[in-house]
Amino acid sequence: MAKKKKQEEFEPKIVVFACNWCSYAGADTAGVSKIQYPHNVRLIRVMCSGRVNPAFVIKAFERGADGVMVSGCHFGDCHYMFGNYQAKERFEVLKSLIHLLGLEKERLRLEWVSAAEGGRFAQVVKEFVEDVKKVGRSPLALTNI
Amino acid sequence: MVVKEELLKKTQAYYCLDCGKCTSVCPISRFNGGFSPRRILIGSLTGRYEETLKDEKLYTCLTCGLCGTRCPSDVKFVEFIKSSRFEGQKLGNLVPCSHGGAIQSLMRIMTSPSLEQRRLDWVPRGAQVAEKGEVAYFVGCLPYFDAFFTDLEVNSLKIAKAAMKILNRADVEPVLLKNERCCGHDLLWAGDLDNFKKLAEHNINAIEESGAKTVITTCAECYRTFKIDYPTYIGPLSFKVLHITEFLIDSVSQGKLNFKKTRKKVTFQDPCRLGRHLGMYDQPRMVLSSVPGLSLVEMERNQQSAICCGTSGWMNCDAISKRIQSYRLKSAQQTGADSLVTGCPKCYIHFKCAMKDPKMGKELEIEIKDLTSIMADALGR
Repeated sequence: MAKKKKQEEFEPKIVVFACNWCSYAGADTAGVSKIQYPHNVRLIRVMCSGRVNPAFVIKAFERGADGVMVSGCHFGDCHYMFGNYQAKERFEVLKSLIHLLGLEKERLRLEWVSAAEGGRFAQVVKEFVEDVKKVGRSPLALTNI
Repeated sequence: MVVKEELLKKTQAYYCLDCGKCTSVCPISRFNGGFSPRRILIGSLTGRYEETLKDEKLYTCLTCGLCGTRCPSDVKFVEFIKSSRFEGQKLGNLVPCSHGGAIQSLMRIMTSPSLEQRRLDWVPRGAQVAEKGEVAYFVGCLPYFDAFFTDLEVNSLKIAKAAMKILNRADVEPVLLKNERCCGHDLLWAGDLDNFKKLAEHNINAIEESGAKTVITTCAECYRTFKIDYPTYIGPLSFKVLHITEFLIDSVSQGKLNFKKTRKKVTFQDPCRLGRHLGMYDQPRMVLSSVPGLSLVEMERNQQSAICCGTSGWMNCDAISKRIQSYRLKSAQQTGADSLVTGCPKCYIHFKCAMKDPKMGKELEIEIKDLTSIMADALGR
């Protein structure tokens, strides 16, 4: 008989904002190529990483997300020319807000993944989930779930 | 509806004469003909209260209180709007939030008791800060605004640093609360009473733990919230609350602070929370006049008639706000003043934002300074 699990392992809840043209397609490539990645991520498709308002990310944390990742095209590849530059700018604001709130910097990540990089998408997500597992549950998750 | 009857009685809405003076002075109605405080009130009195609650216009009101100064029957319209927003929240209204609701989200995050913020990184190295003491300085949301509005170059923390300089010069070592929260002003005015109470209790506990008997704020909104709303919704406070202007007046009269001579000409924007809500018109002017050589010129509409900065509680920023801000900035320019002094960090942010409008170019340009920073600058090095 299988032993009862000693301690339930912490499974973080992670929100990923992926841009329609690169990262979402990258996730698709990972799926088509049958590359597995952790099931902790909730993938949200946006038209461009530049569309990700800091409010979205803060809202995700408010509702108890343990980590949030914003993912877009590599520089120069953006479908809308400069969307990802804007995403980077907005990300800087987010980083300082997260720092002020006292959340660990590992909970927030900005990544560039192209449509062909299915393997890389899986890799990045895997790394991110491990990082978040190390820092543990978000202090907001305890109250605002 | 019992709540409605009580509310209408409490705010003296039944005394409304339908004269329309409120609408004629309302800064929003001036630019947006569709908005009328009179119509909202009369509508609620004549059986359309439920519609008022669901109407978006409930959140358009700036709650600046200008209508209240003109009302012949002293109807408390601002109170009416605030209480109606509580009711609206119960109905599940979606409050229109500027900046995608990010700032409200931040405030709701701060209601979490297990949060360990890192909000004191800004404190200058030379500043004298006490662990426990008689006086606490309530910084409020300044670190967050500083981080959030980097593109507007508002540097809200300059205000906090200026306050530290003033306090230290007056031989006060303030306690800085490591884990204070937002005062809850914006959530209260958006109708979110539950979260407001959580924030308020956090802050009151934090201040009581620090042992402070006096709390100083540099923000007009924090001041109003501490002074009026905490006692109303939480209970009497065990400490005294001072606005930095009151502290400055005391210190100057005791000869603790000496200002350097300048030749600046400034004009003052009365924040609605400080002015009409609390009646503090003279204190900021007294503080400014205590700087030798500094001349104060008044805008066309000042003190009781001052126009709001166009947005309140991060709720109603739109084209109308921009027009109110442009109007206000232009009247500040017309005074010929070198700089416009504001008493509220939010007025500062809103005017800075209005000046960034690329279509207006240099039409609206005027130097803006916060009251606290201008006083700290006048202290010299």
